[in-house]
Amino acid sequence: MPELTPKERMAIKRHHMPEQDPNERNKNFEEVNLGYDAYLAMQEAERCLRCKKPVCIQGCPVAVKIPDFIVMVAEGRFKEAAAILKEDNTLPAVCGRVCPQETQCEQVCVVAKKGEPVAIGYLERFVADWERMNIGIQVPEIKEKTGKKVAIIGGGPSGLSCAGDLIRFGHDVTVFEALHEIGGVLIYGIPEFRLPKEIVKAEVDGLKAMGVKFETNFIVGLTRTIDELLQEYDAVFIGVGAGLPYFLNVPGEHLNGVYSSNEFLTRVNLMKAYDTEHADTPVFDMRGSVVAVFGGGNTAMDAVRTSLRLGAKKAMIIYRRTEAEMPARIEEIKHAKEEGVEFILLAAPVELLGDENGWLRAVKLQRMELGEPDASGRRRPVPIPGAIEEIPVDAVIVAIGNGSNPIISKTTPDLKVNKWGNILVDEATMKTNKKGVFAGGDIVTGGATVILAMGAGRTAAKAIDEYLKNPDVW
Amino acid sequence: MNKILEARFLAPDIKLFRIEAPLIAKKRKAGQFVIVRVHEYGERIPLTIADSDSEEGTITIIVQGIGKTTKLLNTLEAGNYILDVVGPLGKPSEIENFGTAVSIGGGVGTAIAFPTAKALKEAGNHVISIIGGRTKELVILEDEMRNVCDEVYPTTDDGSYGFHGLVTDKLKELINEGRKIDFVLAIGPIPMMAAVAEVTRPYGIKTVVSLNPIMVDGTGMCGGCRAVVNGKTMFVCVDGPEFDAHQVDFSILSKRNKMYLPQEKHSLEKFMCNLDKMAMEVENARVNA
Repeated sequence: MPELTPKERMAIKRHHMPEQDPNERNKNFEEVNLGYDAYLAMQEAERCLRCKKPVCIQGCPVAVKIPDFIVMVAEGRFKEAAAILKEDNTLPAVCGRVCPQETQCEQVCVVAKKGEPVAIGYLERFVADWERMNIGIQVPEIKEKTGKKVAIIGGGPSGLSCAGDLIRFGHDVTVFEALHEIGGVLIYGIPEFRLPKEIVKAEVDGLKAMGVKFETNFIVGLTRTIDELLQEYDAVFIGVGAGLPYFLNVPGEHLNGVYSSNEFLTRVNLMKAYDTEHADTPVFDMRGSVVAVFGGGNTAMDAVRTSLRLGAKKAMIIYRRTEAEMPARIEEIKHAKEEGVEFILLAAPVELLGDENGWLRAVKLQRMELGEPDASGRRRPVPIPGAIEEIPVDAVIVAIGNGSNPIISKTTPDLKVNKWGNILVDEATMKTNKKGVFAGGDIVTGGATVILAMGAGRTAAKAIDEYLKNPDVW
Repeated sequence: MNKILEARFLAPDIKLFRIEAPLIAKKRKAGQFVIVRVHEYGERIPLTIADSDSEEGTITIIVQGIGKTTKLLNTLEAGNYILDVVGPLGKPSEIENFGTAVSIGGGVGTAIAFPTAKALKEAGNHVISIIGGRTKELVILEDEMRNVCDEVYPTTDDGSYGFHGLVTDKLKELINEGRKIDFVLAIGPIPMMAAVAEVTRPYGIKTVVSLNPIMVDGTGMCGGCRAVVNGKTMFVCVDGPEFDAHQVDFSILSKRNKMYLPQEKHSLEKFMCNLDKMAMEVENARVNA
């Protein structure tokens, strides 16, 4: 194909992601997005202007060399594309599915000034899937062994990305995970229909092939403390996430049928409760029931769409602000609406009502209006006096965020944390106040995204590598 | 890891397992528990560590076969492996020299009370143990308790062994005899723990219970095990499992523990119908481990 002019590239319309039909997919746990085929991917890749100063790279928390891999896609050189992608991203098949590209690389894409941005996320997904399905996940080059040992606490996004870089730098890396499976929120939180667990497993297997060791069922702090690990390891990275669910603190939260999003999603995803034929872990039988999810983030969307798939006849998002303020990815909101989720906006639960057997039967909602902007810059919801209504519900899922789990801080008293329990770090290096101990991801920032956690893991890996070369100057 | 070195029934459906778990054995303290999973599609269940040997690197758990998971677990034998064992979880028991301490165990609750009774004795308490069971064969760990306690009183509901009556009747008798009791630990079915709390409340005797809510991760991540204590929401896995009996809302705990009754019943019925197939799951669990 002759080289296209920028004008010709700009004239190509963004290629839609093929999806399962909404009325089919809301009844199954198969993946919603079906992925580009090679033809679509090559066509989409032609839209990239190959900017001399690619701003998209700055928009990426792990600085993937976006135009370089897209050029390879356009030429049909998918293997090379995958190699470039994986220089900077340990989990490309995951990120191609769950990153909020619209606020990162795609937001700053030059093509977006006159139309829709290049579908960088879809291309990333295509390349990672192509590699896995056609040639198997390739093991990148690994530097000569340094003999240094690093312990990574937490097998979620930040830990895995940190492990991926450190093993390539030649260090000996062991990941300690509290649960029985590796992946953290990728396994227990994000549902199968958005991120098939098989893909997480394949990417983890890729890390194993690179030499990363994994210890499951190991709770650092309880099974062994950080100080004990430091006797054996030269450095420690803490990436334990934000794993303490917030509740509303309204009356009735102890009623049966009330879940935190963490519990609900863990039962369904990690423990496979959706597979009632095989799994022993039960979850509320949602067939024919009315389910309300409180919150407006990606987790809330995951929970409400999962409820539909478990057979809820009515599944609602109840959010105290408006759609414009929702932190969820645009695609998740769109998918939820297509699947039949109802949105009740400007409403906040004030009480959960139960029956004599302790089962939830209704929620009392306070209607809100938007007032002045708050600290987050979003307009603050203000209760409308007297505007309270009661709606019948069978189950409720509280998805209003997570705090930090105190196990590490309680068992490592000399580690500095803020008043919310988030570990304090130097942002350039992710080092904590404790020598040889680094931290990143949600345990530092509070609940954020997979890719921000991965970015922190990479920053830490680079600093740990420097630290291991010369610990005395740190 | 998690190899079963010893497995024997203490009573019908109540089985003791001594498991290789060196890291947990080294760290665990009385009152703490582990979470166990038996097969690939298995659920995670909490089980109190009844005893441990840090030199040998083993922990002991005692399991009553009630639902599918516990019944499946109880089919395992020495030489088998348990797929997942994680811990030690929860706060250790608060042990001090109270003076005279009464340890009350109802049914398999005695297995949970045992390590704390032992620790209370080691802390210098005069320890009285009441071991309850519906009938004689359900009274467990009597010899073990005799080894670590000053006085041991077995009780049976049907009078087939020891004191004829409920554990609370024996406790009332001790109080009525004028025995000075400074501390009570009560572990067993919810109605028993609630009843003990009501017996000691008028006397102001410090009373501690170990709660047994439904759990998933056991690390504070899901909040499924929340209980109401002194009007506040507590996560039993990280804030407990032991709480002041006089402050626990047993009614809420009891209702929450019934949340999955239909599913649990279905799962158990399926299991009992498919014992052969389930034996294969056990075999797979062994191979996987």
